[in-house]
Amino acid sequence: MDAPAEILIKVTINGGQHRLSVSPHETLLKMLRERLLLAGTKESCGEGECGACTVIVDGRAINSCLMLAAEADGSEVLTIEGLASGGELDPLQQAFIDAGAVQCGFCTPGMIMSAKALLMRNPHPTVAQIKQALCGNLCRCTGYTRIIRAVLDAALQPGGPRAPQDTGEEHAEDN
Amino acid sequence: MRPFNYARPQSLREASQLLSTHTGRAALMAGGTDLIVQMGRGLHSLELAIDIKRVSDLGDQVEKMPGGVRIGALTRLEDLAANEVVRASFPALSEAAGSVGSVQIRSRATIAGNICNASPAADTAPPLLAYGAQVNIFGIAGRRTLSMERFFTAPGKTALLPGEIVESLDLAFPKEGTGSAFERLARRAGMDVASVSVACLVWHSGSVRLGFGAVGPTPIVAEGEETDSMDWVGEYVKPVSDIRAGEDYRRAMVVALSRRAVKRSRKRMGEDA
Repeated sequence: MDAPAEILIKVTINGGQHRLSVSPHETLLKMLRERLLLAGTKESCGEGECGACTVIVDGRAINSCLMLAAEADGSEVLTIEGLASGGELDPLQQAFIDAGAVQCGFCTPGMIMSAKALLMRNPHPTVAQIKQALCGNLCRCTGYTRIIRAVLDAALQPGGPRAPQDTGEEHAEDN
Repeated sequence: MRPFNYARPQSLREASQLLSTHTGRAALMAGGTDLIVQMGRGLHSLELAIDIKRVSDLGDQVEKMPGGVRIGALTRLEDLAANEVVRASFPALSEAAGSVGSVQIRSRATIAGNICNASPAADTAPPLLAYGAQVNIFGIAGRRTLSMERFFTAPGKTALLPGEIVESLDLAFPKEGTGSAFERLARRAGMDVASVSVACLVWHSGSVRLGFGAVGPTPIVAEGEETDSMDWVGEYVKPVSDIRAGEDYRRAMVVALSRRAVKRSRKRMGEDA
């Protein structure tokens, strides 16, 4: 086989437009981390099982380890680095801090991006909907309870979406 | 990952030509959620990935047609699960599509990819079999339509000829006085391949059409009459033992899930009446 030629793509990342030359077999994850040095997006399993590499592409949470950079041509990509604006954390990021939803922190960017995609589509999710949205994100430290609480808290922010019907009694017990 | 080339055809004809001229060395890619995993594990000696997501004559929506729906090949499982018409008329398909992987996977994975990968455990296969789906296939020589039950030929193998591409799936609305449901057994709630899955369509008269996943070399279809035990479905399946479940357990569970699916279908029939 001939050496694969590089592919020129245009992609919007965190609001900025980029023209990049990428390898055909290069994943979006690798492009973000190694070409753009956006190392907030993590690689763990590399097979779409763990969700550490989750980013939002055209409004949908996806595993960036399973998407080729070439496929992102013409798309809008949002990574963890794109959430804070004007030096202010996104309310969801702040909620993770306030709820103590971070331990080692490796899963956190992926968790936040999955939760962000949920809140973009459904600003007042139930606990069941949060669990559903995060079921592709693994965390080996926190036991998930505080993560789910953080997403609920973000949805309850003053001026934010209205309160969800269930506030998650099943989360009364904490780890 | 081993290097490969990437092509992004604009038309079915172009995609089909690429596929035929690289027989055995090229694969179609839609969501890529199976293909890229396989590539990463070195299971493919692929030289060319043909990305069909920008093929203008392939749909990514569920279209209402006279007497049924047409599901475009590129319809994402997340969109299929959420589609109102599918939820109302084909609830077993909605449930099955919503049970695949995670949001991240369902936001990329497509219906055509799920069936063309031809896993015996493909979640959308049992409901497509139960509803009697027809597969619309494009080939350079012409188009043809194949019934779902003739589509799967062996693990990972389909009846597609070299260069052929699944264009869409047609589902006829079930007749009035029917109910349907999907049941799935896995080791955990999310992100797991089904150990056993069952979809069924039940007629008021007691006739039943079922589709089974992960209990044979391909997804399996069965037709019969509703019974209390539903133990007759055991005759249709040829399960094997693997890391997810043993053969005997699968055999027992396919009967139990069939009973449950029939019961839920009956209940849904009542809701419609």
